[in-house]
Amino acid sequence: MADQPKTAEPARARLSPRKKQQISRGIQYVVLIVALVAVVLYADWGSLAQNFAKPEVAGAALPELFTVALRNTIIYAVGGFIFSFVAGLVLALMRLSQVRPYRWIAIVYIEIFRGLPALLIFLLIVFLPLALPGFEVPFGTYGQGILGLGLVGSAYQAEVFRAGLQAVPKGQTEAARSLGMSATRAQVTVVIPQAVRMVIPPTTNQFVALLKDSSLVLFLGVSGEYVELAKFGNDLASEHANATPIMVAGLTYLLVTIPLGYLASRLEGRKGRNR
Amino acid sequence: MTHAIELRDLHKHFGRNEVLKGIDLAVEPGQVVCVIGPSGSGKSTLLRCVNLLEQPTRGKVFVSGVEVTDPDVDIDAIRRHIGMVFQQFNLFPHMTALQNVMIAQQRVLKRGRREAEVVARENLDKVGVGAKCDALPGQLSGGQQQRVAIARALAMNPDLMLFDEPTSALDPELVGDVLTVMRKLAEEGMTMLVVTHEMGFAREVADRVVFMDGGVVVEDGEPAQVIGDPRQERTRAFLHRVLHPEE
Repeated sequence: MADQPKTAEPARARLSPRKKQQISRGIQYVVLIVALVAVVLYADWGSLAQNFAKPEVAGAALPELFTVALRNTIIYAVGGFIFSFVAGLVLALMRLSQVRPYRWIAIVYIEIFRGLPALLIFLLIVFLPLALPGFEVPFGTYGQGILGLGLVGSAYQAEVFRAGLQAVPKGQTEAARSLGMSATRAQVTVVIPQAVRMVIPPTTNQFVALLKDSSLVLFLGVSGEYVELAKFGNDLASEHANATPIMVAGLTYLLVTIPLGYLASRLEGRKGRNR
Repeated sequence: MTHAIELRDLHKHFGRNEVLKGIDLAVEPGQVVCVIGPSGSGKSTLLRCVNLLEQPTRGKVFVSGVEVTDPDVDIDAIRRHIGMVFQQFNLFPHMTALQNVMIAQQRVLKRGRREAEVVARENLDKVGVGAKCDALPGQLSGGQQQRVAIARALAMNPDLMLFDEPTSALDPELVGDVLTVMRKLAEEGMTMLVVTHEMGFAREVADRVVFMDGGVVVEDGEPAQVIGDPRQERTRAFLHRVLHPEE
Protein backbone atom coordinates (compact mmCIF):
# COMPACT_ATOMS: atom_id res chain seq x y z
CA MET A 1 0.00 0.00 0.00
CA ALA A 2 2.60 2.44 1.07
CA ASP A 3 4.71 1.90 -1.96
CA GLN A 4 1.84 2.55 -4.33
CA PRO A 5 2.45 5.69 -6.33
CA LYS A 6 0.37 8.55 -5.08
CA THR A 7 -0.98 9.28 -8.51
CA ALA A 8 -2.79 5.95 -8.77
CA GLU A 9 -6.54 6.30 -9.15
CA PRO A 10 -6.74 10.02 -8.66
CA ALA A 11 -10.35 9.89 -9.77
CA ARG A 12 -11.56 8.00 -6.68
CA ALA A 13 -11.66 10.74 -4.12
CA ARG A 14 -10.46 9.70 -0.70
CA LEU A 15 -12.85 10.17 2.17
CA SER A 16 -12.10 13.38 3.99
CA PRO A 17 -11.21 12.96 7.68
CA ARG A 18 -14.39 14.72 8.63
CA LYS A 19 -16.50 12.39 6.53
CA LYS A 20 -14.74 9.39 8.07
CA GLN A 21 -15.49 10.66 11.54
CA GLN A 22 -19.16 11.07 10.71
CA ILE A 23 -19.40 7.52 9.43
CA SER A 24 -17.59 6.17 12.49
CA ARG A 25 -19.95 8.00 14.79
CA GLY A 26 -22.93 6.67 12.86
CA ILE A 27 -21.68 3.11 13.28
CA GLN A 28 -21.28 3.62 17.01
CA TYR A 29 -24.89 4.78 17.32
CA VAL A 30 -26.14 1.80 15.34
CA VAL A 31 -24.25 -0.65 17.59
CA LEU A 32 -25.64 1.03 20.68
CA ILE A 33 -29.22 0.93 19.42
CA VAL A 34 -28.95 -2.73 18.41
CA ALA A 35 -27.59 -3.61 21.86
CA LEU A 36 -30.36 -1.68 23.62
CA VAL A 37 -33.06 -3.27 21.52
CA ALA A 38 -31.62 -6.72 22.25
CA VAL A 39 -31.60 -6.05 26.00
CA VAL A 40 -35.13 -4.66 26.00
CA LEU A 41 -36.50 -7.54 23.92
CA TYR A 42 -34.74 -10.44 25.58
CA ALA A 43 -34.65 -9.43 29.24
CA ASP A 44 -37.44 -10.71 31.39
CA TRP A 45 -38.31 -7.43 33.04
CA GLY A 46 -40.98 -8.85 35.24
CA SER A 47 -38.70 -11.46 36.71
CA LEU A 48 -35.85 -8.99 37.08
CA ALA A 49 -38.04 -6.57 38.98
CA GLN A 50 -39.36 -9.40 41.13
CA ASN A 51 -35.88 -10.55 42.09
CA PHE A 52 -33.86 -7.34 42.25
CA ALA A 53 -36.29 -4.57 43.02
CA LYS A 54 -39.21 -5.89 44.99
CA PRO A 55 -40.64 -2.99 47.02
CA GLU A 56 -42.01 -5.14 49.88
CA VAL A 57 -38.62 -6.79 50.42
CA ALA A 58 -36.86 -3.45 50.19
CA GLY A 59 -39.22 -2.11 52.81
CA ALA A 60 -38.28 -4.96 55.15
CA ALA A 61 -34.70 -3.64 55.16
CA LEU A 62 -35.79 -0.46 56.94
CA PRO A 63 -34.92 0.96 59.34
CA GLU A 64 -32.06 -1.41 60.22
CA LEU A 65 -30.46 -0.69 56.86
CA PHE A 66 -29.43 2.69 58.20
CA THR A 67 -29.55 2.31 61.97
CA VAL A 68 -27.47 -0.86 62.07
CA ALA A 69 -25.92 -1.77 58.73
CA LEU A 70 -24.80 1.63 57.43
CA ARG A 71 -23.80 2.70 60.92
CA ASN A 72 -21.57 -0.36 61.29
CA THR A 73 -20.10 0.05 57.81
CA ILE A 74 -19.10 3.57 58.80
CA ILE A 75 -17.70 2.38 62.13
CA TYR A 76 -15.52 -0.22 60.39
CA ALA A 77 -14.44 2.20 57.68
CA VAL A 78 -13.70 5.15 59.96
CA GLY A 79 -11.93 2.92 62.48
CA GLY A 80 -9.86 1.30 59.74
CA PHE A 81 -9.16 4.73 58.28
CA ILE A 82 -7.85 6.17 61.55
CA PHE A 83 -5.71 3.06 62.01
CA SER A 84 -4.30 3.29 58.50
CA PHE A 85 -3.80 7.07 58.69
CA VAL A 86 -1.65 6.86 61.82
CA ALA A 87 0.14 3.63 60.93
CA GLY A 88 0.56 4.79 57.34
CA LEU A 89 2.28 7.99 58.42
CA VAL A 90 4.59 6.09 60.75
CA LEU A 91 5.38 3.56 58.00
CA ALA A 92 6.05 6.33 55.48
CA LEU A 93 8.44 8.04 57.89
CA MET A 94 10.15 4.69 58.50
CA ARG A 95 10.30 4.09 54.77
CA LEU A 96 12.19 7.39 54.35
CA SER A 97 14.26 7.01 57.53
CA GLN A 98 18.03 7.30 57.58
CA VAL A 99 18.08 4.14 59.70
CA ARG A 100 18.30 1.26 57.30
CA PRO A 101 16.48 -1.45 59.34
CA TYR A 102 13.46 0.87 59.65
CA ARG A 103 13.39 1.20 55.89
CA TRP A 104 13.52 -2.57 55.49
CA ILE A 105 10.74 -3.20 57.97
CA ALA A 106 8.53 -0.63 56.26
CA ILE A 107 9.26 -2.00 52.79
CA VAL A 108 8.52 -5.59 53.84
CA TYR A 109 5.30 -4.58 55.55
CA ILE A 110 4.10 -2.46 52.63
CA GLU A 111 4.92 -5.08 50.03
CA ILE A 112 3.22 -7.88 51.96
CA PHE A 113 0.01 -6.09 52.81
CA ARG A 114 -0.36 -4.50 49.40
CA GLY A 115 0.42 -7.76 47.69
CA LEU A 116 -2.04 -9.96 49.57
CA PRO A 117 -5.78 -9.96 48.88
CA ALA A 118 -7.60 -8.16 51.68
CA LEU A 119 -9.91 -11.16 51.96
CA LEU A 120 -6.97 -13.36 52.90
CA ILE A 121 -6.07 -11.01 55.76
CA PHE A 122 -9.61 -11.26 57.08
CA LEU A 123 -9.53 -15.04 56.88
CA LEU A 124 -6.27 -15.03 58.85
CA ILE A 125 -7.71 -12.73 61.50
CA VAL A 126 -10.39 -15.34 62.17
CA PHE A 127 -7.61 -17.78 63.10
CA LEU A 128 -5.70 -15.30 65.23
CA PRO A 129 -7.00 -16.66 68.56
CA LEU A 130 -5.72 -20.12 67.58
CA ALA A 131 -2.26 -18.81 66.77
CA LEU A 132 -2.04 -16.68 69.90
CA PRO A 133 -3.82 -18.52 72.69
CA GLY A 134 -5.32 -16.16 75.19
CA PHE A 135 -5.08 -13.24 72.79
CA GLU A 136 -8.24 -11.48 71.87
CA VAL A 137 -8.64 -8.50 69.59
CA PRO A 138 -10.26 -5.76 71.70
CA PHE A 139 -13.76 -4.51 70.88
CA GLY A 140 -14.86 -7.86 69.47
CA THR A 141 -15.86 -7.93 65.83
CA TYR A 142 -15.44 -4.17 65.56
CA GLY A 143 -11.83 -4.59 66.62
CA GLN A 144 -11.26 -7.48 64.21
CA GLY A 145 -12.78 -5.63 61.29
CA ILE A 146 -10.88 -2.45 62.03
CA LEU A 147 -7.67 -4.44 62.43
CA GLY A 148 -8.11 -6.10 59.06
CA LEU A 149 -8.95 -2.88 57.27
CA GLY A 150 -6.17 -1.02 59.10
CA LEU A 151 -3.50 -3.57 58.27
CA VAL A 152 -4.27 -3.39 54.57
CA GLY A 153 -5.13 0.31 54.47
CA SER A 154 -1.96 1.39 56.25
CA ALA A 155 0.20 -0.23 53.56
CA TYR A 156 -1.54 1.79 50.86
CA GLN A 157 -1.71 4.93 52.97
CA ALA A 158 2.02 4.64 53.67
CA GLU A 159 2.71 4.92 49.95
CA VAL A 160 0.36 7.88 49.68
CA PHE A 161 2.19 9.63 52.52
CA ARG A 162 5.57 8.74 51.10
CA ALA A 163 4.66 10.44 47.82
CA GLY A 164 3.46 13.47 49.77
CA LEU A 165 6.55 13.69 51.95
CA GLN A 166 8.83 13.37 48.94
CA ALA A 167 6.89 16.07 47.09
CA VAL A 168 7.77 18.68 49.72
CA PRO A 169 10.78 20.54 48.28
CA LYS A 170 14.13 20.06 49.99
CA GLY A 171 14.39 23.82 50.40
CA GLN A 172 11.61 23.65 52.99
CA THR A 173 13.67 21.46 55.29
CA GLU A 174 16.73 23.59 54.64
CA ALA A 175 14.87 26.78 55.53
CA ALA A 176 13.56 25.20 58.73
CA ARG A 177 17.00 23.85 59.69
CA SER A 178 18.67 27.18 58.92
CA LEU A 179 16.32 28.76 61.48
CA GLY A 180 17.70 26.41 64.10
CA MET A 181 14.97 23.77 64.07
CA SER A 182 16.08 20.21 64.77
CA ALA A 183 15.48 17.59 62.09
CA THR A 184 12.45 16.26 63.98
CA ARG A 185 11.05 19.72 64.63
CA ALA A 186 11.42 20.59 60.93
CA GLN A 187 9.54 17.43 59.94
CA VAL A 188 6.72 18.04 62.39
CA THR A 189 6.33 21.78 61.85
CA VAL A 190 7.14 22.21 58.19
CA VAL A 191 7.25 19.00 56.15
CA ILE A 192 4.45 16.80 57.51
CA PRO A 193 1.73 19.50 57.49
CA GLN A 194 2.50 20.23 53.84
CA ALA A 195 2.61 16.54 52.96
CA VAL A 196 -0.73 15.89 54.65
CA ARG A 197 -2.34 18.77 52.78
CA MET A 198 -1.03 17.46 49.50
CA VAL A 199 -2.37 13.95 50.04
CA ILE A 200 -5.91 14.90 51.04
CA PRO A 201 -7.41 13.90 47.66
CA PRO A 202 -5.75 10.46 47.40
CA THR A 203 -6.50 9.92 51.08
CA THR A 204 -10.18 10.56 50.43
CA ASN A 205 -10.00 7.89 47.75
CA GLN A 206 -8.34 5.60 50.28
CA PHE A 207 -11.29 6.11 52.60
CA VAL A 208 -13.69 5.17 49.82
CA ALA A 209 -11.66 2.01 49.21
CA LEU A 210 -11.84 1.13 52.91
CA LEU A 211 -15.56 1.75 52.96
CA LYS A 212 -16.00 -0.77 50.18
CA ASP A 213 -13.54 -3.23 51.70
CA SER A 214 -15.47 -3.13 54.97
CA SER A 215 -17.82 -5.56 53.19
CA LEU A 216 -15.14 -8.20 53.83
CA VAL A 217 -16.16 -8.15 57.48
CA LEU A 218 -18.75 -10.63 56.22
CA PHE A 219 -16.03 -13.27 56.34
CA LEU A 220 -15.38 -12.72 60.03
CA GLY A 221 -18.64 -14.55 60.67
CA VAL A 222 -20.39 -11.62 62.26
CA SER A 223 -23.95 -11.51 63.38
CA GLY A 224 -26.54 -9.33 65.03
CA GLU A 225 -25.45 -5.91 66.08
CA TYR A 226 -22.07 -6.13 64.26
CA VAL A 227 -23.57 -6.65 60.82
CA GLU A 228 -22.57 -4.17 58.11
CA LEU A 229 -24.18 -3.37 54.77
CA ALA A 230 -23.00 -6.30 52.66
CA LYS A 231 -23.69 -8.91 55.29
CA PHE A 232 -26.98 -7.28 56.16
CA GLY A 233 -28.09 -7.32 52.53
CA ASN A 234 -26.92 -10.87 52.02
CA ASP A 235 -28.70 -12.20 55.14
CA LEU A 236 -31.93 -10.50 54.22
CA ALA A 237 -31.62 -11.75 50.66
CA SER A 238 -31.30 -15.35 51.89
CA GLU A 239 -34.23 -14.90 54.19
CA HIS A 240 -36.52 -13.67 51.43
CA ALA A 241 -34.90 -15.70 48.66
CA ASN A 242 -34.71 -12.41 46.80
CA ALA A 243 -31.77 -10.21 45.71
CA THR A 244 -33.47 -6.89 46.41
CA PRO A 245 -31.74 -6.32 49.80
CA ILE A 246 -28.35 -6.66 48.13
CA MET A 247 -29.36 -4.03 45.59
CA VAL A 248 -30.57 -1.81 48.41
CA ALA A 249 -27.27 -2.27 50.26
CA GLY A 250 -25.45 -1.41 47.04
CA LEU A 251 -27.44 1.81 46.63
CA THR A 252 -26.61 2.70 50.22
CA TYR A 253 -22.88 2.32 49.49
CA LEU A 254 -23.25 4.59 46.48
CA LEU A 255 -25.03 7.13 48.66
CA VAL A 256 -21.75 7.58 50.51
CA THR A 257 -19.08 6.73 47.94
CA ILE A 258 -20.27 8.93 45.06
CA PRO A 259 -20.35 12.19 47.08
CA LEU A 260 -16.95 11.32 48.53
CA GLY A 261 -15.60 10.71 45.04
CA TYR A 262 -16.83 14.15 43.97
CA LEU A 263 -15.33 15.67 47.08
CA ALA A 264 -11.95 14.10 46.28
CA SER A 265 -11.90 15.40 42.74
CA ARG A 266 -12.95 18.87 43.90
CA LEU A 267 -10.17 18.92 46.48
CA GLU A 268 -7.79 17.84 43.75
CA GLY A 269 -8.92 20.74 41.57
CA ARG A 270 -8.50 23.23 44.37
CA LYS A 271 -5.01 22.03 45.10
CA GLY A 272 -4.11 22.52 41.45
CA ARG A 273 -5.24 26.13 41.56
CA ASN A 274 -3.59 27.06 44.81
CA ARG A 275 -0.12 25.80 44.10
CA MET B 1 39.32 39.94 67.69
CA THR B 2 37.48 36.83 66.59
CA HIS B 3 36.29 36.67 63.02
CA ALA B 4 32.57 36.55 62.35
CA ILE B 5 33.23 33.77 59.86
CA GLU B 6 36.46 31.95 59.20
CA LEU B 7 37.00 29.21 56.66
CA ARG B 8 40.21 27.21 56.81
CA ASP B 9 41.29 25.05 53.90
CA LEU B 10 37.69 24.23 53.07
CA HIS B 11 37.12 21.35 50.66
CA LYS B 12 33.85 19.93 49.42
CA HIS B 13 33.37 17.00 47.08
CA PHE B 14 30.11 15.79 45.58
CA GLY B 15 31.07 12.26 44.64
CA ARG B 16 34.10 12.71 42.43
CA ASN B 17 33.25 16.30 41.67
CA GLU B 18 35.43 18.64 43.68
CA VAL B 19 33.44 21.82 44.15
CA LEU B 20 35.58 23.60 46.73
CA LYS B 21 39.33 23.13 46.48
CA GLY B 22 40.72 24.66 49.62
CA ILE B 23 39.12 27.95 50.57
CA ASP B 24 40.60 30.27 53.18
CA LEU B 25 38.41 33.21 53.94
CA ALA B 26 37.56 35.41 56.90
CA VAL B 27 34.71 37.84 57.38
CA GLU B 28 35.00 40.41 60.17
CA PRO B 29 32.05 41.48 62.33
CA GLY B 30 30.07 44.22 60.61
CA GLN B 31 31.58 43.50 57.22
CA VAL B 32 29.59 42.99 54.07
CA VAL B 33 31.34 40.55 51.76
CA CYS B 34 29.98 39.79 48.32
CA VAL B 35 31.01 36.58 46.58
CA ILE B 36 30.86 36.71 42.81
CA GLY B 37 31.83 34.27 40.12
CA PRO B 38 30.54 32.15 37.26
CA SER B 39 27.88 29.51 37.90
CA GLY B 40 29.40 26.28 39.14
CA SER B 41 32.30 28.09 40.76
CA GLY B 42 31.26 26.87 44.22
CA LYS B 43 29.99 30.15 45.67
CA SER B 44 26.67 28.74 46.89
CA THR B 45 28.34 25.62 48.25
CA LEU B 46 30.76 27.82 50.18
CA LEU B 47 27.88 29.76 51.68
CA ARG B 48 26.02 26.58 52.58
CA CYS B 49 29.08 25.21 54.35
CA VAL B 50 29.01 28.14 56.78
CA ASN B 51 25.83 26.91 58.49
CA LEU B 52 26.52 23.30 57.58
CA LEU B 53 23.64 22.83 55.16
CA GLU B 54 26.50 21.18 53.32
CA GLN B 55 28.94 19.12 55.32
CA PRO B 56 32.48 20.06 54.21
CA THR B 57 34.62 17.15 53.10
CA ARG B 58 37.71 18.64 54.70
CA GLY B 59 38.74 21.82 56.45
CA LYS B 60 37.24 23.86 59.24
CA VAL B 61 34.52 26.45 59.58
CA PHE B 62 34.39 28.87 62.50
CA VAL B 63 31.51 31.18 63.28
CA SER B 64 32.19 33.82 65.96
CA GLY B 65 35.15 31.73 67.05
CA VAL B 66 33.17 28.51 67.51
CA GLU B 67 34.13 25.60 65.32
CA VAL B 68 30.98 24.67 63.42
CA THR B 69 32.60 21.62 61.87
CA ASP B 70 33.33 20.12 65.31
CA PRO B 71 31.14 16.99 65.43
CA ASP B 72 30.29 17.61 69.08
CA VAL B 73 28.93 21.07 68.51
CA ASP B 74 25.17 21.74 68.74
CA ILE B 75 24.59 22.85 65.17
CA ASP B 76 20.97 23.87 65.82
CA ALA B 77 22.14 26.30 68.50
CA ILE B 78 24.68 27.81 66.12
CA ARG B 79 22.22 28.11 63.26
CA ARG B 80 19.95 30.21 65.47
CA HIS B 81 22.52 32.97 65.21
CA ILE B 82 22.98 32.70 61.44
CA GLY B 83 20.20 34.02 59.25
CA MET B 84 19.92 32.56 55.80
CA VAL B 85 18.09 33.80 52.73
CA PHE B 86 17.63 31.48 49.76
CA GLN B 87 17.33 32.07 46.05
CA GLN B 88 13.94 30.33 46.00
CA PHE B 89 12.74 32.12 49.20
CA ASN B 90 11.61 28.81 50.75
CA LEU B 91 8.80 30.38 52.69
CA PHE B 92 6.51 27.85 54.34
CA PRO B 93 3.54 27.84 51.94
CA HIS B 94 1.01 26.61 54.48
CA MET B 95 1.57 29.56 56.80
CA THR B 96 0.78 33.27 56.43
CA ALA B 97 3.61 35.80 56.19
CA LEU B 98 3.17 36.55 59.89
CA GLN B 99 3.23 32.87 60.89
CA ASN B 100 6.32 32.35 58.74
CA VAL B 101 8.14 34.97 60.77
CA MET B 102 6.72 33.75 64.11
CA ILE B 103 7.12 30.00 63.93
CA ALA B 104 10.85 29.66 64.58
CA GLN B 105 10.72 32.30 67.29
CA GLN B 106 8.09 30.24 69.06
CA ARG B 107 9.44 26.75 68.43
CA VAL B 108 13.17 27.46 68.58
CA LEU B 109 13.61 30.53 70.78
CA LYS B 110 10.54 29.57 72.87
CA ARG B 111 9.22 33.10 72.71
CA GLY B 112 5.61 33.55 73.72
CA ARG B 113 2.96 34.14 71.09
CA ARG B 114 2.55 37.82 71.84
CA GLU B 115 6.25 38.58 71.85
CA ALA B 116 6.80 36.58 68.67
CA GLU B 117 4.00 38.48 66.97
CA VAL B 118 5.36 41.86 68.03
CA VAL B 119 8.83 40.96 66.76
CA ALA B 120 7.37 39.54 63.55
CA ARG B 121 5.32 42.66 62.82
CA GLU B 122 8.32 44.89 63.54
CA ASN B 123 10.47 42.98 61.08
CA LEU B 124 7.79 42.75 58.41
CA ASP B 125 7.32 46.53 58.70
CA LYS B 126 11.04 47.00 58.46
CA VAL B 127 11.27 45.16 55.14
CA GLY B 128 8.19 46.96 53.83
CA VAL B 129 5.63 44.13 53.80
CA GLY B 130 3.88 44.98 57.06
CA ALA B 131 0.58 45.26 55.16
CA LYS B 132 0.84 41.66 53.95
CA CYS B 133 0.91 39.92 57.34
CA ASP B 134 -2.09 37.72 56.64
CA ALA B 135 -1.22 36.81 53.07
CA LEU B 136 -0.05 33.32 52.19
CA PRO B 137 3.25 33.15 50.30
CA GLY B 138 1.41 32.10 47.14
CA GLN B 139 -0.47 35.41 47.19
CA LEU B 140 2.72 37.51 47.30
CA SER B 141 5.04 38.61 44.52
CA GLY B 142 8.55 37.20 44.44
CA GLY B 143 9.99 40.42 45.82
CA GLN B 144 7.51 40.42 48.69
CA GLN B 145 8.19 36.75 49.43
CA GLN B 146 11.91 37.36 49.56
CA ARG B 147 11.45 40.27 51.94
CA VAL B 148 9.26 38.11 54.19
CA ALA B 149 12.07 35.55 54.11
CA ILE B 150 14.54 38.24 55.20
CA ALA B 151 12.17 39.27 58.01
CA ARG B 152 11.90 35.61 59.05
CA ALA B 153 15.67 35.41 59.40
CA LEU B 154 15.96 38.78 61.14
CA ALA B 155 13.33 37.88 63.73
CA MET B 156 15.80 35.42 65.21
CA ASN B 157 18.21 38.30 65.99
CA PRO B 158 21.05 36.73 64.01
CA ASP B 159 24.66 37.79 64.42
CA LEU B 160 25.23 37.39 60.72
CA MET B 161 23.24 36.86 57.56
CA LEU B 162 23.93 34.60 54.60
CA PHE B 163 22.34 35.49 51.27
CA ASP B 164 22.36 32.87 48.53
CA GLU B 165 21.64 34.72 45.26
CA PRO B 166 18.66 36.45 46.87
CA THR B 167 17.56 38.29 43.72
CA SER B 168 18.29 35.68 41.05
CA ALA B 169 14.75 34.28 41.01
CA LEU B 170 13.08 37.68 40.86
CA ASP B 171 11.53 39.57 38.00
CA PRO B 172 13.87 42.46 37.16
CA GLU B 173 11.50 45.16 38.41
CA LEU B 174 11.31 43.51 41.85
CA VAL B 175 15.06 43.24 42.43
CA GLY B 176 15.37 46.82 43.67
CA ASP B 177 13.03 46.36 46.64
CA VAL B 178 15.06 43.45 47.96
CA LEU B 179 18.39 45.17 47.40
CA THR B 180 17.11 48.25 49.23
CA VAL B 181 16.31 46.13 52.28
CA MET B 182 19.75 44.51 52.13
CA ARG B 183 21.42 47.88 51.80
CA LYS B 184 19.58 49.11 54.89
CA LEU B 185 20.73 46.05 56.81
CA ALA B 186 24.32 46.68 55.75
CA GLU B 187 24.09 50.29 56.94
CA GLU B 188 22.87 49.07 60.32
CA GLY B 189 26.10 47.15 60.64
CA MET B 190 24.86 43.60 60.00
CA THR B 191 27.58 41.13 59.09
CA MET B 192 26.65 39.81 55.67
CA LEU B 193 28.03 37.19 53.31
CA VAL B 194 26.25 37.60 50.00
CA VAL B 195 26.48 35.42 46.92
CA THR B 196 25.23 37.61 44.13
CA HIS B 197 25.28 38.56 40.47
CA GLU B 198 24.31 42.16 41.25
CA MET B 199 27.55 43.95 40.47
CA GLY B 200 26.09 47.36 41.23
CA PHE B 201 25.09 46.24 44.71
CA ALA B 202 28.47 44.59 45.32
CA ARG B 203 30.27 47.69 44.24
CA GLU B 204 28.27 50.14 46.32
CA VAL B 205 27.45 48.16 49.45
CA ALA B 206 30.17 45.58 49.95
CA ASP B 207 33.26 46.19 52.03
CA ARG B 208 34.95 43.39 50.15
CA VAL B 209 34.34 41.46 47.00
CA VAL B 210 35.55 37.89 46.58
CA PHE B 211 35.79 36.44 43.09
CA MET B 212 35.61 32.66 42.91
CA ASP B 213 36.21 30.38 39.97
CA GLY B 214 36.70 26.64 39.75
CA GLY B 215 36.40 26.09 43.49
CA VAL B 216 39.09 28.54 44.57
CA VAL B 217 39.20 32.19 45.57
CA VAL B 218 40.84 33.96 42.64
CA GLU B 219 40.70 37.50 43.88
CA ASP B 220 39.69 39.18 47.14
CA GLY B 221 39.74 42.89 47.81
CA GLU B 222 37.95 46.22 47.86
CA PRO B 223 34.98 46.39 45.48
CA ALA B 224 36.41 49.30 43.53
CA GLN B 225 39.54 47.30 42.91
CA VAL B 226 38.09 43.82 42.23
CA ILE B 227 35.24 45.06 40.07
CA GLY B 228 36.78 48.28 38.75
CA ASP B 229 40.36 47.20 38.21
CA PRO B 230 40.71 43.42 38.56
CA ARG B 231 44.27 42.10 38.80
CA GLN B 232 43.54 38.57 37.64
CA GLU B 233 42.81 37.74 34.04
CA ARG B 234 40.00 35.34 35.06
CA THR B 235 38.26 38.06 37.06
CA ARG B 236 38.61 40.46 34.17
CA ALA B 237 37.15 37.95 31.69
CA PHE B 238 34.23 37.15 33.99
CA LEU B 239 33.39 40.78 34.66
CA HIS B 240 33.60 41.55 30.99
CA ARG B 241 31.06 38.80 30.25
CA VAL B 242 28.74 39.98 33.01
CA LEU B 243 28.94 43.69 32.30
CA HIS B 244 28.90 43.43 28.51
CA PRO B 245 26.82 40.30 27.88
CA GLU B 246 26.13 41.05 24.22
CA GLU B 247 29.67 41.40 22.96
